[in-house]
Amino acid sequence: MSEEVLSDQSAAQQAFVRLATAKASGGRARANHEKWIAQPLIAELLQRFGAAVFVAQLTVDDIPTVWVQRKDVLDVLSFFCKEISSSFSMLYDLTVIDERLRKHRELQPPSDFTVVYTLLSVERNQFLRIKIPLQAEDAVTPSVVRLWKNANWYEREAWDMFGVRFEGHPNLRRILLPPTWQGHALRKDHPARATEMDPFSLSAERQDAEQEALRFNPEDWGMQPAHDDTDFMFLNLGPNHPSVHGVFRVVLQLDGEEIVEAVPDIGYHHRGAEKMGERQSWHSYIPYTDRIDYLGGVMNNLPYVLAVEKLAGIEVPERVKVIRIMLVELFRIASHLVFYGTFSQDIGQMSPVFYMFVDREKVFHIIEAISGGRMHPSWFRIGGVAHDLPKGWDRMVREFLDYMPPRLQHYDKMVMRNSIIRQRTRGIGSISTEEALEWGASGAMLRATGLNWDVRKKQPYSGYDQFEFDVPLGVNGDCYDRCSVRVEEMRQSLRIISQCLENMPEGPYKAKHKLTTPPPKERTMLDIETLIQHFTTVSWGPVIPAGEVCIPIEATKGMNSYYLVSDGNTMAYRTRIRTPSFAHLQMIPTMSRGLMIADLIAIIASIDFVMADVDR
Amino acid sequence: MNNPVTAIPIIVAVLLGIFSFAAVLVWAERRLLGIWQDRYGPNRVGPLGVGQILVDVVKLFIKEDWTPPFADRIPFIIAPCIILVVSLLGFAVIPVAPGATISDLNIGLLFVLAISSLGVYSIMLGGYASNNKYSLLGGLRSAAQMISYEVFMGLSVMGVVMLSGSFKLGEIVEAQQSMWFVVPQFLGFLIFMIAGIAETHRLPFDLPEAEHELVAGFHTEYSGMKFGMFMVGEYVGMVLVSSMIVTLFFGGWLGPFLPPFVWFSVKVLAFIGLFILLRAAIPRPRYDQLMAFGWKVMLPLSLLNLAVTGGVWLWLHA
Repeated sequence: MSEEVLSDQSAAQQAFVRLATAKASGGRARANHEKWIAQPLIAELLQRFGAAVFVAQLTVDDIPTVWVQRKDVLDVLSFFCKEISSSFSMLYDLTVIDERLRKHRELQPPSDFTVVYTLLSVERNQFLRIKIPLQAEDAVTPSVVRLWKNANWYEREAWDMFGVRFEGHPNLRRILLPPTWQGHALRKDHPARATEMDPFSLSAERQDAEQEALRFNPEDWGMQPAHDDTDFMFLNLGPNHPSVHGVFRVVLQLDGEEIVEAVPDIGYHHRGAEKMGERQSWHSYIPYTDRIDYLGGVMNNLPYVLAVEKLAGIEVPERVKVIRIMLVELFRIASHLVFYGTFSQDIGQMSPVFYMFVDREKVFHIIEAISGGRMHPSWFRIGGVAHDLPKGWDRMVREFLDYMPPRLQHYDKMVMRNSIIRQRTRGIGSISTEEALEWGASGAMLRATGLNWDVRKKQPYSGYDQFEFDVPLGVNGDCYDRCSVRVEEMRQSLRIISQCLENMPEGPYKAKHKLTTPPPKERTMLDIETLIQHFTTVSWGPVIPAGEVCIPIEATKGMNSYYLVSDGNTMAYRTRIRTPSFAHLQMIPTMSRGLMIADLIAIIASIDFVMADVDR
Repeated sequence: MNNPVTAIPIIVAVLLGIFSFAAVLVWAERRLLGIWQDRYGPNRVGPLGVGQILVDVVKLFIKEDWTPPFADRIPFIIAPCIILVVSLLGFAVIPVAPGATISDLNIGLLFVLAISSLGVYSIMLGGYASNNKYSLLGGLRSAAQMISYEVFMGLSVMGVVMLSGSFKLGEIVEAQQSMWFVVPQFLGFLIFMIAGIAETHRLPFDLPEAEHELVAGFHTEYSGMKFGMFMVGEYVGMVLVSSMIVTLFFGGWLGPFLPPFVWFSVKVLAFIGLFILLRAAIPRPRYDQLMAFGWKVMLPLSLLNLAVTGGVWLWLHA
């Protein structure tokens, strides 16, 4: 390390301490500080470590946010992970922000890269955000794999995308991009479009080199080619295989048909959705979200628009909330139906998937009548929805509510009570609640273990607290329970939809707010100010106030959220998409060791993932 | 024994019959599955989509005859031939009507059992010669499955042999004039049918090809007519097993009013329909569960059936 870097480092450190100690000085800083210190969680932290090592940051989502220096990070994180009562047993998300071009950073310690840990304590029902400032020349931080197992992939992703190294990581390789990729794609200096790069060409030598880089070597994957006098067979399941639900690869180390080790390989579906978020206007990014969990449709819009609305300070009308919930629950049913069908199909039952696709089609009829789209309607807007509900929507929804329950009963007989299905899925791939939490599992994966954790109930958003529904739970956390939880969730979704139908409030479908996009047009021809406002918001997109926000929701497959950093611009400064499937796939080795190939297929089917949701 | 000259027209008739049966079956299966699964199935070519058969055959024939460079060439080519040949050979002893048998062997029943056992070579060779791990796993599964299920397949029909006192299929049919053997031998019938489905690798016993686990199992690397032979072999096998069930347990060609051949066909079709229905309805057990089911449930049951049948027969006739 050069001397200059060293002095830079120490300057940053001094700035950090200055910030930490001067909290009570300025007016805004004091208000900030007081609000921050009032949080009981921070009080505990102060008691344990003292005040000098922290800097607080207030974010609009009210998730306590604390800056910690790199040298203290392991202590602080293990305090939250292990020592504190009702500990933060889940690493909800781990990501990095490239801060080098960011302008609005008042009261934040200087940093080029900020590592952001988002922790969740289910006992406290609380999220916590911890940030570490790093300098570009020294982007290294200790790995937390020993504290939370799922940090493994998150840290690999952070390395892949930002070039932040995690010391002590067992296998810090690229995870989403190919091993030969040059640079780190989410850095601000990495080009975002093909037009910013030289034309692509593939010479014979380069092709050879690329192919050579893909050569399979068991040791690279942490597997032994032989043990004692047994040679293992390596089976490459995917990226194209009928049962991996997209482009997903699992490398299997087999002893006969028994799985000794299974190593998932992801990244085949990576489209740079987070990078695109940094060059799309807040409004025009909405269609991209639809394609993250492509079975979830507008379910993906929801966490995004909720987060933007929080930043913009928009309160949406009641009607908007109920419309959103209704559509989101319809999509939950549609997504679960695909899961249900493919689950039984992967176990070898041929027919249910066809019946369930017929039902899904009925859902799409409603979606189509309301939004004009089917799988990806992109129908939610910042501050509302695209249109009001069409005439006759209630009749269609009512018909569906009458149609669906008998079908579900029929499927219970066909699938859930089928003895072969039971034999194949009971006790297979079972995980305990503790394991599920330390791997960052959510949704039906988590509830199948018996833990009552549904964000709709625990931290209601978009008015879910106004609805009556139950949270179905499993017992054993095995494939069968995961399926039965989802089946029951469909019934609960029907309940929610019928409440939407009976109690749909009257009123506007858009908030009266200057940042609502597209903005209300009634007054544009009456005075020049609104006309200008309308013109700029439509042509450039809205300017969302600077700040950070993250609103987790209960999506079709688990907890999903968009961690948005706004720098007061027409585009997001950083869009971080936390998806449930990413965390779930990481559990495959734990769930499948010692089982057979057929069990692995059942496990993969029971996870209910979408590769676009994993790779983004 | 028929003399060779009179046998030739029968051979030709049987061969043609089987092939057209198998071909229609491919179409019928897809249509039936379509109906049961709320969809259409092939309905574009010709009336009700029957022309699909022809189109499929043409397609398979004009496809490139491809042998992967890494495959073991000779066994790779021989494998699909074996399955087709042995499935067809089985029909040599099936009596479709009185006297209409290519060769009514004294040991007809044993012949069918022996011939159908040979089919496993096809699948093992195919799986092995493809030099593909999925194929290998499929081949291994198939070998284990065939061997285990053959044991009690043979045992399950011994009751029929005891009751009729003959291995000759024609005589077995004649012995059912007063009562079909399915009544005294109901357990034997169930066991034979299950073993028969396992022999033909139909769902729920399609583990050797288990699409969702092994892509296409033993025939992953096959295409064109070589794949076509595997497929035709499977359908011919299905017809064979149905014919055997009908011959052994449902009185073969016996029946009032209609000509014997029609009765035979109707019965065979009914069982084929049942096979297709099973495919539409039942999921696939795991490999070890299948083995356990075979050895721990089916084998003791078939032994029990054998012992009880033998005991009752002795009690009645002694």
